[in-house]
Amino acid sequence: MAKVSDFIVDDSDTDPLAIPKLACGSMRDSKPFVAKDAHQAALGYPGELVDDWQDKAISKMGELLTKYRSLQVYMDSCVKCGACTDKCHYFLGTGDPKNMPVGRQDLMRKVYRRYFTFAGKYMPWLVGAEDLTEDVLDEWYTYYHQCSQCRRCSVYCPFGIDTAEVSMAAREIMDSVGKGQKYCNEIIGKVYKVGNNLGLPAKAIRSTLDGLEEELQEDTGLDIKMPLDQKGVDVLLVTPSADLFAEPHIDGLMGYAKVFHEAGVTWTLSSYASEAANFGMFIGSYENMREVSLRIRKAAEDLQVKRIVFGECGHAWRVAYSFLNTLAGPFDFLDQRYPIPQHICEFTYDMIENGELRFDKSKNDQYRLTYHDSCNVARGSRMGNKPGGQFEIPREILRASCNHFYDMAPDTIKEATLCCGGGGGILTDDLMDVRLKGAQPRMRAMQEVAEEHGVTHLAAICAICKAQFSKVLPAYGFKVNSILSVHQMVSNAIVLTGSIQEKELDEAKTPEAAE
Amino acid sequence: MGYMFNGNEIDHDEEGYLTDLSDWNPELALMIAQSEELEMNDERWEVVNFLRDYYEEYQVAPAVRVLTKALAKTMGPEKGNNDYLYELFPYGPAKQACKIAGLPKPTGCV
Repeated sequence: MAKVSDFIVDDSDTDPLAIPKLACGSMRDSKPFVAKDAHQAALGYPGELVDDWQDKAISKMGELLTKYRSLQVYMDSCVKCGACTDKCHYFLGTGDPKNMPVGRQDLMRKVYRRYFTFAGKYMPWLVGAEDLTEDVLDEWYTYYHQCSQCRRCSVYCPFGIDTAEVSMAAREIMDSVGKGQKYCNEIIGKVYKVGNNLGLPAKAIRSTLDGLEEELQEDTGLDIKMPLDQKGVDVLLVTPSADLFAEPHIDGLMGYAKVFHEAGVTWTLSSYASEAANFGMFIGSYENMREVSLRIRKAAEDLQVKRIVFGECGHAWRVAYSFLNTLAGPFDFLDQRYPIPQHICEFTYDMIENGELRFDKSKNDQYRLTYHDSCNVARGSRMGNKPGGQFEIPREILRASCNHFYDMAPDTIKEATLCCGGGGGILTDDLMDVRLKGAQPRMRAMQEVAEEHGVTHLAAICAICKAQFSKVLPAYGFKVNSILSVHQMVSNAIVLTGSIQEKELDEAKTPEAAE
Repeated sequence: MGYMFNGNEIDHDEEGYLTDLSDWNPELALMIAQSEELEMNDERWEVVNFLRDYYEEYQVAPAVRVLTKALAKTMGPEKGNNDYLYELFPYGPAKQACKIAGLPKPTGCV
C-alpha cells in the first residue's frame, strides 16, 4: 500500500491541465480492498463472488439498461471524438489511458456490445465487443474504483455522456455478484447500525457537542446551544458525521451553530440521522441510497421540525438537492415557505443579503484564501434561485468574511472544477496512490495562485474534500492545516450580538470600520 | 494476517488494525508502533491511553478536538494541538494512534 511519504511529486510541469505522457497499465495494480461477507450482507449483497456470476452480472446489466435509459444512451452514443480524453484528473495525474473517461466507459461498453447489440453478438471482433471474463471483471474493479464520479468529463462530452453513472452502474453490478468495495459498503452498514459513517453513538455525539458548547462559550461569552434529538425545533441539521470528528470539519459545525444562534432559529441534530453523506450513490444503489435518505425523513418527522438544512457535504447535497424528494418525499409536513431541503450556505447567504450578519474580516487576515468547488455541488446541484448560485453563494460568504480571496484559474473552477481526488468512494487509504496522483491537477492550480497571489489556504464545503486535502496538501508543499471549512471562516469573523467580539469591536473601532 | 506475539498469531485486518479489540496489550502496542516506524514515548502513550479510556466509555474513538483538549490539560497547550499530534503520529492522529491503541479504524469522510 502506497504511503504518503513515499510519494514523489511529478514536477515536470506546473500547468494543472498539462497532458501527461501515456503510461499504459501504470495503475492496473491499484485497487481497493474487497468487502467482506458481513459488509456485503448488511446491504443485501452476496458475501463473495457467486458461482454463476457472469450470467448474474449480464442480467443485472440488462436490468440497469432498462431501468436507467441514460445508461443505454451512454453505451450507444460515444463517437470517439476524444473531447473527454484529457479531462479526468486521474488521467492527468497517472497517464494511464484507462483513466481517460472514454477508456473507462469502454470497459463496460465492450461488454454491453457483446451481449446487448446485434453486431456484438454475431461479429464481436468487428465492433470491439468482448466477453465478460474474470480478467474483465478485475479490470472493472480496478478502474471503476479510480473514478470519483465527479462528472468533469461530462461537461466536455458533446453528448453529455456521464462517466459517473457508468461507474455507478458497474459498481452496482459488481456488488450484485458479490464483489463489493470494503470502504463504501462497511460505511453504509455503519449508517444502518449506528446512524452515521463514523459509527458515533448518541452518547459520544452528545459529549463532543458539550465540549464544543463550552468552547463557544469561552470564545463568545454567549450561551450557544448545540442540541441533539431535541423535538419541536425549527430546523433539523443534517451534516456529515466528520463534522463531529475531524479537523477542520468541526470548526465548520461551530460556524453553523453561531449562524443559527444569530438567526434566532432553533435547531437540532439527530442521532438517528447523524449523517448527511449518502454512500448509496457511490455504489449506484437506488435501494441503499433510499434507505439512507429515509432515515432523514424519519428523523424530521419524529423530531417534528419545520425545515431541513444540510451542512457542508458535497455529494450529500447532490442527493439532497436532486433526489431527496424522489427518494423520501413528499415533504408536505415541512414549512413550504423555505427550500426543501436548504443548504447551510443558502441559509447564511440569505442572512448576509438581508444585512443580518456582522463580520470582522480582519479576524481572517492570517489567511490568503482560495475556494475549491466540490464536484457534486458544482455539477450535480444548485444553490439559491439563480443559475450558478452554487458557485457564487459560497464565494460571497467567503468575501463577506475575509479580506484576501483569490480564485484559481478559470478552467479549474466552477463547472470545470477539478476533483480533490478523493470523492466517490476513493477516500480510502488503500487507494492512496490514486488519491495523491488524482489531486495533482488541483494542487498545481493551487500552487499557481500561491505563487501569483501568495495564497496560503483553501476552503471547501465538502467533508471528503477536507479530509482528502489534509492528506495530500503536504505532499504538494502546503501545510496539513491549509484546508478550511467555509463556515470556519464565518465562525472566525462573525460578530454575534452581545458577544465579546461585539464589545471589543464597538469599543475599539469607528462605525464605518465595523461594517 | 496477524502480528506474531509470544508465539501466537494475533489477527489484524488488511491495514494492521486488530480484528479482536480484546487482543490488545501494551507490549503488542509496541509491536504495532514499530510496524508503523514509531517509537513509543511518554507523549504517544498519553494519547494511546486516552484513546483507550475514551473508547471504553463511548465505544468509538474521540473527535480530534476532544483529544487535543484533553492533551492540553495534561501536557500543556503547546502539546495539546493538532500540529503536535501530527508530529507524534505523522500519518494522522486519528488513524495511526487508533491502530496502536488497538481500536477500530475511524471510517467515513476522515
